[in-house]
Amino acid sequence: MSEDSYKFLIAGVGGQGTVLASDILAEVGIRLGYDTKKSDILGLAVRGGSVVSHIQWAPKVHSPVLDEYDVDYLIGFEWLETLRRLSYIKPDGFILANDCRIDPMTVTSGEANYPEKDRMMADFKKAAQHVQTIAGTRTALDLGNVLCFNIVVLGGLSTILGNEPDIWRAVIKERVPAKVADLNLTAYEKGRELIN
Amino acid sequence: MKALLSGNEAIARGAYEAGIEVATGYPGTPSSEILQNVSTYKTIYSEWSVNEKVAMDAAAGAAYSGRRALVTTKQVGMNVLSDSLFYTAYTGLEAGLVVLTADDPGMFSSQNEQDNRHYAKLGKFPMLEPADSQECKDFIVRGIEISEQFDTPVVVRTTMRTSHSKSVVELGGDPAQAGDVGPFTRNMQKYNCMCLWSKKRHPILEQRLLDLAEFAETYPDNFISWGDRDLGIIASGVVYEYARQVFPKASFLKLGMVYPLPQKKIKEFADGVKKLLVIEELDPFIEEQVRAMGIDAIGKALFPPCDELLPQTLQRIARENGLLPPVEKTLPALDTPDLPGRSPVLCAGCPHRSTFYLLNKMKLPVAGDIGCYNLGTLPPFNAQHTMGSMGASIGVLHGMGKSGLPEPAVCTIGDGTFFHAGIPPLLNMVHNHGKGTVIIMDNRTTAMTGHQDHPGNNYTLMGKPTKEVDIETLVRALGVEKVMSVDAFDVKAMGQALKECTAYDGTAVLIAKGPCIFVSRNPQPAYNVDTDKCVACGTCAKAGCPATIKIDEVNPKTKMKKAGIDPVLCIGCDICRQICPTGAIRKPE
Repeated sequence: MSEDSYKFLIAGVGGQGTVLASDILAEVGIRLGYDTKKSDILGLAVRGGSVVSHIQWAPKVHSPVLDEYDVDYLIGFEWLETLRRLSYIKPDGFILANDCRIDPMTVTSGEANYPEKDRMMADFKKAAQHVQTIAGTRTALDLGNVLCFNIVVLGGLSTILGNEPDIWRAVIKERVPAKVADLNLTAYEKGRELIN
Repeated sequence: MKALLSGNEAIARGAYEAGIEVATGYPGTPSSEILQNVSTYKTIYSEWSVNEKVAMDAAAGAAYSGRRALVTTKQVGMNVLSDSLFYTAYTGLEAGLVVLTADDPGMFSSQNEQDNRHYAKLGKFPMLEPADSQECKDFIVRGIEISEQFDTPVVVRTTMRTSHSKSVVELGGDPAQAGDVGPFTRNMQKYNCMCLWSKKRHPILEQRLLDLAEFAETYPDNFISWGDRDLGIIASGVVYEYARQVFPKASFLKLGMVYPLPQKKIKEFADGVKKLLVIEELDPFIEEQVRAMGIDAIGKALFPPCDELLPQTLQRIARENGLLPPVEKTLPALDTPDLPGRSPVLCAGCPHRSTFYLLNKMKLPVAGDIGCYNLGTLPPFNAQHTMGSMGASIGVLHGMGKSGLPEPAVCTIGDGTFFHAGIPPLLNMVHNHGKGTVIIMDNRTTAMTGHQDHPGNNYTLMGKPTKEVDIETLVRALGVEKVMSVDAFDVKAMGQALKECTAYDGTAVLIAKGPCIFVSRNPQPAYNVDTDKCVACGTCAKAGCPATIKIDEVNPKTKMKKAGIDPVLCIGCDICRQICPTGAIRKPE
């Protein structure tokens, strides 16, 4: 991976908190001293549809949108959505996949089948050199609020990146609603532990 | 001080720094967050107007009164406000006026992909196009300066990517306010567009465009950065950033003002490079003007006029045409080639669900409208057969009713859309003996764009209490005689009301009342399924709820999977329990 530039893609389902996660990731980049840009899809697409966020840290960023085959870290919030964005990852990139399945309406109605987990895993490994799953959703449910799974996953990512955890803690505390700040800080620590 | 801001947040900050004191608009992706952010600056009066035209007129009135003003709209909202924007180009203003249009290349949340740069040429006013959040902020400030220097409205055009991407912005200082204004300038020859006077204003407008073109030559946001002279690229907006990334060595003419164009600067740039590209998303707006100057520029011969023009598309086209060296990059063949699609769906607990479940069952022709309820178009409902523009459903229903169809027709329109553009066509139905059922899906908010207030709410954008307009009273005042208000969460009552209204010989209005889950925020405990009673008939799936899932247990006779309820998503709205034919779905004890 390039010395001084980080390209992240977060793939998820509308309502999973993808935008909040990408806001946090972008803000961490700024505090680490990078030029940072990010781009997400909003609007009608958020009502349970596919959601994707592009985030970059570099000395100077031009395009807010990332190219295919050029992403260093593909952070998947849901199996199928991670699979959908595989063309973005670099061959030597890192896939961090949250263990979570959300059936789209086409699967619930019986029109389509959800791919089997081991085949999806095999595809992840074909696309990228590094693949790691993380039990973000399970951990968040154990903490009593499934919504904080995104912070569990970011905790895992921060361990992989090896950044200063205090910067992440400060940004998380600022960005999440005050009444769930402690819960999310715990979620962050749990995520760090899951990767260690 | 620096901050990471979206383009829309930066525009709001720009409004503050520019000393704008009145900001109006109507929500629409990708523009909606601008006014929401403006409302956090207490020096600015801000409002969600009932529609874009009203927003434009109100901003004109403020600018005529000496207050700097801003109007925000999405690209199709420009069609609604243009009638009023165009008169302000004739009249000019007493204080700066900026109109912000956020276009939607790629149509992430729009019914068309129109390129609003054409409005600048049609309406004869200058247009600025920012490329990132810093420029989003700065161009509002510059827009106000240009507006006041040239006595013209200025339009700033963003796209979804500039509005929704975040980048670093250097914040400016606090603005100067206008202080006391008035008395109102009574200058009818200028501000009253009576044909006699307007005819005299038109030459002034033409001269102003010539003056602006001269101004554009030295305007600092139109600049050349010389690189390799073999390839020169003219670009504006976020596409400039894409092109800089894809062609890092090329020479660039970056246009911050896309109308009128700096012809001398373009000529200088064209003369300085061997090959000239004009890279534009959507239409060849700049290319056509450059080619009309007799310059051999290449644009739409290479770059498509549809969809976003993303860096990966630029790269592919550049490689195919020898502008960049070819690189083979392909993903290895995957085990899972056909992925199930994931369309957006009505939320669990959505009050619109019962209406579309019933319309699907009744198989009636449905004229649809713009809002979350357009998701009633998708499976399993398939229950909105037309949709075109805000408020169109009622007029289309009227035309269907006058066409002698063999079946009764209905239309679906939300409360926000009804206030925006539904009142005149309903009045028209009453006056012209219309026949059909108008279903007003009253969820108490402008849901799809992020739950903005409208006249049916008892609060304003700035948080002031206000009068809540009652839709039933309003509809009766328009002259509709058959009006029924029904609880949208009562499927049986909704079904009976639909039958009664569609049997009525005239204009009927059914108001389906149920708050959006983001308004009521009153989740109930999740329901569950008695799997012994579930026969896996699939009826509950026809309600299209994301909380209704299939489980591994099957009906031994049919081998079909039985139903389950996702306890995380379910908020206990009760609709699936009401439609389950075997009583298998239970409210928790």
